[in-house]
Amino acid sequence: MPRKDKVLVANGQGFWGDSLLGPIRLCREGPIDYLTLDYLAEVTMSILQKQYLRDPSKGFATDFIRMVDRTAPELVKKGIKVVANAGGVNPMACKEATLGVLRKHGFKGVKVAVVEGDDIYGQLDGLLAGGETLANMDTGAPLASVRERVSSANVYLGAFPTAEALDQGAQIVITGRGTDPGLVLGPLIHEFGWKRDQFDLLAAGTIAGHIVECGAQCTGGNYVDWRSVPDMAMVGYPIIEASADGSFVVTKHAGTGGLVTPRTILHQLVYEMGDPRNYIGPDCGADFTSIRMEQVGPDRVRCSGAKGSAPTPTYKVSISYQDGWKALGQLTISGPDALAKAKLCAEIVWKRLAYDGCTFNDSEKTVEFVGANVCHAGIAVPHADEPNEVVLRIGVKGADKAKIERFGYELVPLVTSGPPGVTGFAGGRPHATEIIGFWPALMRKDKVATKVSVFES
Amino acid sequence: MPLVPLIRIADARSGDKGEGSNVGVMARSDAAYTFLASALTPEVVRRHMAAINAGGVKRYEAPGLRVLNFILQDSLGGGGSASLRTDAQGKTHGLALLRLELDVPQNVLDATPQ
Repeated sequence: MPRKDKVLVANGQGFWGDSLLGPIRLCREGPIDYLTLDYLAEVTMSILQKQYLRDPSKGFATDFIRMVDRTAPELVKKGIKVVANAGGVNPMACKEATLGVLRKHGFKGVKVAVVEGDDIYGQLDGLLAGGETLANMDTGAPLASVRERVSSANVYLGAFPTAEALDQGAQIVITGRGTDPGLVLGPLIHEFGWKRDQFDLLAAGTIAGHIVECGAQCTGGNYVDWRSVPDMAMVGYPIIEASADGSFVVTKHAGTGGLVTPRTILHQLVYEMGDPRNYIGPDCGADFTSIRMEQVGPDRVRCSGAKGSAPTPTYKVSISYQDGWKALGQLTISGPDALAKAKLCAEIVWKRLAYDGCTFNDSEKTVEFVGANVCHAGIAVPHADEPNEVVLRIGVKGADKAKIERFGYELVPLVTSGPPGVTGFAGGRPHATEIIGFWPALMRKDKVATKVSVFES
Repeated sequence: MPLVPLIRIADARSGDKGEGSNVGVMARSDAAYTFLASALTPEVVRRHMAAINAGGVKRYEAPGLRVLNFILQDSLGGGGSASLRTDAQGKTHGLALLRLELDVPQNVLDATPQ
């Protein structure tokens, strides 16, 4: 197969809830070969699993369908390929909805692929019976201790199934749970023919994927020197200009806002980082310290030198489970004496609840006075104790849903039976919502079977 | 030696890692990295962030990138959806650490862009 010497892979979606403009503008404002989109977080899988159990046609990222609807004419005209983990726990339904949108636009013969195999929710009991403990990586506890409360279980798949889907001619690849960097690595494996034992190349693609996985966080978003970032409103989403030798340039489309320098990229390299020498992915280990960065033009940074290592024999598994209930409410208290009055309000809430036999221990309660140094608690900042208004943010959590509900009744009454100047109760009474616990685990790769299927509009 | 906030010589970004958070501190010069490698110990960070982080602090060093990466092991009030905190993802922990005031030698300040 003829290989290109340069491939443009853009990321238009850093998380479910990111701006709809990211992918739309990437398709419009300059050339790209691939558009990658990340929709999944740990909590998302559990929410999607619940939607699926209520309605078997749901359980995927519906924002993706909206995105395809908005961009389909450009995607098809320009031949842009799309890789998205929009499948959630129901990638086949996501594929059906995608084909439906393509048909609505009159596009025939567009190939849409589905990657499956990450979802092990239905196989959990068999896996446990077969000797996998799926022990919690942080606590060591066996999954059996929370088995009846588990609400989703997905393996973080690697990038090779996505590459296989592209090898089969897919223009749109829909996956379930995979690693975020794999969205970028998959296209590079496909385009350059990288092999499973070329660990330096796989590490290069993994690091490239990590740099762009949070969208504009590498192009000037969430950047300490924020005043130096031009036109943040129209920030350009990141593009990897990849070469077969594993080197790549991080850039953005000309004329867009934001900033690409070694400094903005380093900000993202360290984001959610553990041991910088030993990033563990499903396809390889990656040494983040091996990367060399060089500004080679305006908003163009060349990265090279990536070193990788062999992957481990296990996949990381993302399991979610029901872990109790919580309720949170807030009220705004104006000055004078805003902070003193807010503190009194919190005391009143606990005292009235205690009168009714409803008490919480310290680890089950949160009281915050937003505006009076919540984020940098314990660190001296000027005027923290004399704000002209504060937001009292108060909440509880625990196993007893009725008790959590009871808490919600004592917040709004403060407006008429507390100190003066209490307002901002438009949200009404706080209600108990489920806490979704995250259970990270490992399982042997040879127990996971991936499957790639290709369909046509 | 002048007492200056860490933000004078370093950048930082933070995010969640399970029930804790990581703060990547990026020195803005080689001199600043060398100084911070000895001055910004896990214990200094632990004390500065004690009202935010109930757990220990682990440090990774990456001199080639001029990065010190700190893991705050119990800084999210439970983590994920179990946290009741405003900053349940530790997004502001980087800026909180950059408020730390340090006695920085003049030659380090001279060698480090603002």
